[in-house]
Amino acid sequence: MLTVDGLACLRGDRLLFKNVGFELKAGGLLYVLGENGSGKSSLLRMLCGLLMPEKGTVFWNKQTIKKESESFLSNLTYIGHLNGLKDDLTALENLTMGARAAGNDVSEDKALAALAAIGIERCANLPARVLSQGQKRRVTLAKLWLAEGKLWILDEPFAALDIASVSKLAAKLAEHLSSGGMAILTTHQDVTIHAQSVQTLRLSE
Amino acid sequence: MNGAWMTVLRRDLLLAFRRRSDVATTLFFFLIVSSLFPLGIGPEPAVLSSIAPGVLWVAALLAGMLSLTRLFAADFADGSLEQMLLAPQPLTLLVTAKVLAHWLVCGLPVVLLAPLIGLQYALPNDALFVLIISLLLGTPALSLIGAIGAALTLGVRGSGLLVALLVLPLYIPVLIFGAGAVAASQHGMSAQAHLSLLAACSLLSLVLAPLATAAALRISVE
Amino acid sequence: MSINWFKYSSPQAFYPLAGKMIPWFALLATIFAIAGLYISFAVAPTDFQQGEAYRIIFVHVPAAWMSMVIYIVMAGWAALGLALNARLSAMMAQALAPTGAIFTLLALVTGSLWGKPMWGAWWVWDARLTSELILLFLYLGFIALQASIDDPRRADRAGALLALVGVVNVPIIYFSVKWWNTLHQGSSINMGAAPKMAATMLMGMLLMALAFWMYTVVVALMRVRCIMLERERASDWVKALSVSAGEKS
Repeated sequence: MLTVDGLACLRGDRLLFKNVGFELKAGGLLYVLGENGSGKSSLLRMLCGLLMPEKGTVFWNKQTIKKESESFLSNLTYIGHLNGLKDDLTALENLTMGARAAGNDVSEDKALAALAAIGIERCANLPARVLSQGQKRRVTLAKLWLAEGKLWILDEPFAALDIASVSKLAAKLAEHLSSGGMAILTTHQDVTIHAQSVQTLRLSE
Repeated sequence: MNGAWMTVLRRDLLLAFRRRSDVATTLFFFLIVSSLFPLGIGPEPAVLSSIAPGVLWVAALLAGMLSLTRLFAADFADGSLEQMLLAPQPLTLLVTAKVLAHWLVCGLPVVLLAPLIGLQYALPNDALFVLIISLLLGTPALSLIGAIGAALTLGVRGSGLLVALLVLPLYIPVLIFGAGAVAASQHGMSAQAHLSLLAACSLLSLVLAPLATAAALRISVE
Repeated sequence: MSINWFKYSSPQAFYPLAGKMIPWFALLATIFAIAGLYISFAVAPTDFQQGEAYRIIFVHVPAAWMSMVIYIVMAGWAALGLALNARLSAMMAQALAPTGAIFTLLALVTGSLWGKPMWGAWWVWDARLTSELILLFLYLGFIALQASIDDPRRADRAGALLALVGVVNVPIIYFSVKWWNTLHQGSSINMGAAPKMAATMLMGMLLMALAFWMYTVVVALMRVRCIMLERERASDWVKALSVSAGEKS
């Protein structure tokens, strides 16, 4: 369970948001909405613990994420604006090494299956350098099929994806939520994801 | 946990292998800088062998420093760094894996090349031997301390020069003990005290530098 | 009666307090400086070996002391700022750095001015001068790092970490330089081996050091007030301040 209390974010001398609070339980989905520059990405980075909040605290199972960091981080999958892919590694190497570096010892077959699930298995042995934006994004998203954790925090997961991939990702999200997972995402697209409880958080000036 | 550490190490080595030319650049730099001195000073063997310890150590130090900017910069730009910060393993440990990879790729080749250049400087055999040992003991400290500077200057304007300003003063003890060891053996004295101090520097950096580097990375990624 | 110290850890509360403290410390600095200069120029006897030139140590030695003390104090503020996430501490560290660098420079310049008549050279690689030079590099690194990071919070925290790394390294650097110096030059040229210090000389140096201390406090407070205004220009208390200043004029 993720509980957030009184978060405030200061960028330079501009207050992006304050008093952001919510509670996300198993099966819950949270949309973070807002205009460009309203602090959506900053909020997501704060929830991960990458950005120190100006005020407020993020709790994981009633403990601060700093205190519970090992359990929190092993449950967390974060996909930000940056793909985290190495240009000189192949798609498959990127996926397997990325997962293993985070302590998730996946086999090559499992990684290939994940790539296939988002329809990019053809590119498995190509270096990430030659992939298009959308293909790179799909390689990055493939790690959701390997993720074992409960909490997914996704920044614009649908951007740069084609229609077929969007529906594959939406179905995967629905599956994750129905099996007791949680997801927080920002998006500019109108995508329906089936979930037991859907919350919306709007950041505005 | 071991798996994650090994994976980080293997990934960095694999990346360096696929970008072999970058590694060669560091070595060429070391070669060129140390070849400039005889051209500037003159070829008398006596003079060259008396400046050799300092010149070779300074060249090694500069070569190591130039390659520092690559330690985290690419990871920072492509987002693998924030993924590393979000790994459940202690960041301090993962940092040691990255620094070890950096040392194997940029430090070790310099250590192996140094005796060759030592010959150009008319260093006697036992001094050459001490040179290798001193570089072997000292360059890990350079990589470890340098990592702090590299982490602090991530994504900062003019980070290449800034890293030099931050890191070079901290390299001074290593330089003094390292070059001192070679000079001592040239003068027929025992280099043991110097080498022990050099090893102490490396051990102390191994304990403290990854902590500072991890903290610096967290600050820089914000 | 208990004073709520934490109240003053916020810039808003500290700004007026610092303003009130500045004149008092300035007064103390002047008094100590007059007394110190009187002792060093009028009371202290002429050195039978070095003549009048030695009197520069009344500036050199206190400046060297201050350069080291300020670095430690700066690192202390930095550590406090990192540990408690307190803005004021980081601002204090930032405000101290230029003064520390200036005292280091002063120690270097006076050292070489003293060196010229003593050893016939403007610069000798004496252990203390060399360490001062390295200390200057450390100060410059701190200032350069802070200046090149745009986000003030990141600049504070990165600078603080660097100051802490520096303070751990200073003793190691000092030891290594000393060792290097004894190996290469012997002890014939060594400022530390000055003739036995007379009590009056020590007195003069202490008074000058106190004057420098008070001066440091004054300058740091003035600088920290500027930093506060700049950093918090968007906050209500700074706006209120500028409105009331506008009404007065």
